[in-house]
Amino acid sequence: MEFTSFLFYLFAAVMLFSALRVITARNPVHAVLFLVLAFFNAAGLWLLLQAEFLAIALIMVYVGAVMVLFLFVVMMLDINIERIRLGFWRHLPLGAAVGGIMVIEMAAVLTGPYFGLDNFPAQLADAAATAEGSNTKALARSLFTGYVYPFELASVILLVAIIAAVMLTLRERKDTKGMRPADQIAIKRSDRVRLVKMASVTDSNASNLAATLDTATDAKGGASQ
Amino acid sequence: MISLSHYLTLAAILFAISIVGIFLNRKNLIVLLMAIELMLLAVNLNFVAFSHYLHNLSGQLFVFFILVVAAAEAGIGLAILVVLFRNLSSIHVDDLDQLKG
Repeated sequence: MEFTSFLFYLFAAVMLFSALRVITARNPVHAVLFLVLAFFNAAGLWLLLQAEFLAIALIMVYVGAVMVLFLFVVMMLDINIERIRLGFWRHLPLGAAVGGIMVIEMAAVLTGPYFGLDNFPAQLADAAATAEGSNTKALARSLFTGYVYPFELASVILLVAIIAAVMLTLRERKDTKGMRPADQIAIKRSDRVRLVKMASVTDSNASNLAATLDTATDAKGGASQ
Repeated sequence: MISLSHYLTLAAILFAISIVGIFLNRKNLIVLLMAIELMLLAVNLNFVAFSHYLHNLSGQLFVFFILVVAAAEAGIGLAILVVLFRNLSSIHVDDLDQLKG
């Protein structure tokens, strides 16, 4: 057996095992970690298929970002495992029947002569390399010429996802005391200062002055509240 | 020598495993999301395998776009989970009965 064939069977076996553990693990944290393992082995399979850029992108985007997000949410939420596992195996016969029939039917078609090496010969590594340079370069050339509008659409989708995720989880807390810079800037002089007309001070109206001062301080106190 | 049918059969098995996972984990929204990610992985594996054996790069570009959409979907799905948990203090499927469906 060739070394690449051995690698294919190794990656495939580990990937299927970890996929099985993802759907049967008791602890959701273990499920996420097995999903990481499954993605890692899928990246290995993609490397065997000479899709180097996508393999690295899968590890970076999925293992590095999406799975960490999953792990973050799983650890943040308080999950009642006992209640969630109630009746876990009840639908296994139906699910296994559906899945088994799917696999048998698809294997019957796919392992026939139609998808064998005669109709789809394997791409030789050096032939692909001389034809296209590197996989990343060929992908980029195709992405930024023929697929440039889908590429822009993908960026818009990501922007929409960012805004949606932020808006969903944003909450205004009522119990904190903070400054609002917008209100502070929008304040007018008339909101804070009140000019009071006063008579000039002479000995003859000193008693009058005291009364005016009292009313002025009362009015100011009322305004500031 | 590994042929295209090997990869397609492997992806079919992976897809079937994730369908069984959806049957098993009906009550667990997080594992449901993970099973959907596994399904997308199986589809992507098909795309990459066809791209390799047909000597055509378009399949890999489709995988690129599927990765974008899957990342957006996972982000929004988890955000909805967090909001649900904040409102109900639980993400159990049986508690999500406000719509009386």
